[in-house]
Amino acid sequence: MLQKRVIVCLDVKDGKTTKGVRFKGNIEVGDPVEMAAEYYRQGVDELVFYDITASAEKRGIMIDVVRRVARQIFIPFSVGGGLSSLDDMRAVILAGAEKVSLNSQAVKNPQIIQEGARLFGNQCIVLGMDAARDDRMPSGYRVYINGGRTSTDLDALEWARRAVQLGAGEIVLNSIDADGTREGYEIPLTRMVSNAVDVPVVASGGAGKPEHLVEVLSQGCADAALIASMVHIQGYTIEGIKKDLLQAGLPVRMD
Amino acid sequence: MARVGIVDYDAGNLKSVETALEYLQADFVISSDPEVLERTEKLIFPGVGEAKAAMERLKHYRLDDFIREYYKAGRNILGICLGAQIVLSSSEENGTQCLDLISGTARRFPGGQGLKVPHMGWNSVKVDMESRLFEDIPNGSSFYFVHSYYPDPDEGECRIASTNYGFEFCSALRQGSLHAVQFHPEKSGKWGLQLLHNYLSKIGPDCTIGGE
Repeated sequence: MLQKRVIVCLDVKDGKTTKGVRFKGNIEVGDPVEMAAEYYRQGVDELVFYDITASAEKRGIMIDVVRRVARQIFIPFSVGGGLSSLDDMRAVILAGAEKVSLNSQAVKNPQIIQEGARLFGNQCIVLGMDAARDDRMPSGYRVYINGGRTSTDLDALEWARRAVQLGAGEIVLNSIDADGTREGYEIPLTRMVSNAVDVPVVASGGAGKPEHLVEVLSQGCADAALIASMVHIQGYTIEGIKKDLLQAGLPVRMD
Repeated sequence: MARVGIVDYDAGNLKSVETALEYLQADFVISSDPEVLERTEKLIFPGVGEAKAAMERLKHYRLDDFIREYYKAGRNILGICLGAQIVLSSSEENGTQCLDLISGTARRFPGGQGLKVPHMGWNSVKVDMESRLFEDIPNGSSFYFVHSYYPDPDEGECRIASTNYGFEFCSALRQGSLHAVQFHPEKSGKWGLQLLHNYLSKIGPDCTIGGE
């Protein structure tokens, strides 16, 4: 039986993880490679690295992070943030990333999804989408870009369908309303999109305790749940979270 | 450890196979040149993407006949993902004639009933037939899959492992010196690395029980 994935997201700026992070052990705080290795050891199913480096000249640092991660972590991981061309995508893929995540750039230039899928395969192209509640939109959710700062005319459900048609092989669906609240994922949004597309949907934003993952992976119909601060800050372990998922009757990978 | 050839025919990214073999300290070469690959002790035949285009590229590099001869000579091959489909007679993907090393067909998942296609993520692999490839790996361990087609060999004795996605499909197969896995061992954590290690060190002419 296909298992529900637990995915950890790491925001990386200038080669360092940005959120204030402290493990119980003596791992150096803030090194994305060491953090990734620790989560890998704990049994995480997949990793997402989001490059929030502001300046283009520092982008090479991220490639080095990807290369170092690939050498010691043998699970899929994706890289997103600032990828605006096929060359950018190729660079992170050749450095060892399994997938690339396109967000604002895909809205501005949808063709990049198609071109990326043709060149690297659909399984390689992840659509990252930031959506917020908006009653004026047909689905009730509007798409935002530039880290949630800029609104667009796109309806979330329509955009999800279109991106899959163009060749996106997976959707990471981030709720702006839920993000950072630690009060749970946006269930109606996740369920709506997951049931409307044939590709896996990864729920993102709002996780604060294991019950939230249980909820979005069952009622929310998500294929995977993305977490960050639960493990970076709140002190949950991947093993502990997965045990709770298993106890709730969800299929998860336990070694 | 054996010198390993990774077959490069522009079918997807070989980086993860490469880093996994580096991690395992294997002595390997990546090449699309039959003459280079001829001088290896065993092959890894990876690949993602579309079957027809992949077959065309194999022919372009003259790798189709090379792989057939390599197999006929009883030398070891490990197919991965698309590599586990192309070794069959044909694929339903664009009606493609494949290498025909193992009699069978790569079939498309029917989908429906909430089962998305591609089958993507971690799934449990149940070993049906004792094999050195799965030695020291607990039965039922999970491996990482990304695929829309699955191998369906004609002969039951080719199936060494199965996985459930709405029904039981063959996720690992073997015939003679050819092993093939539908999942990605190079992306499947410690058990994936163990499987690659098994292929490198426990299967082959230098091992006590050849291929068994």
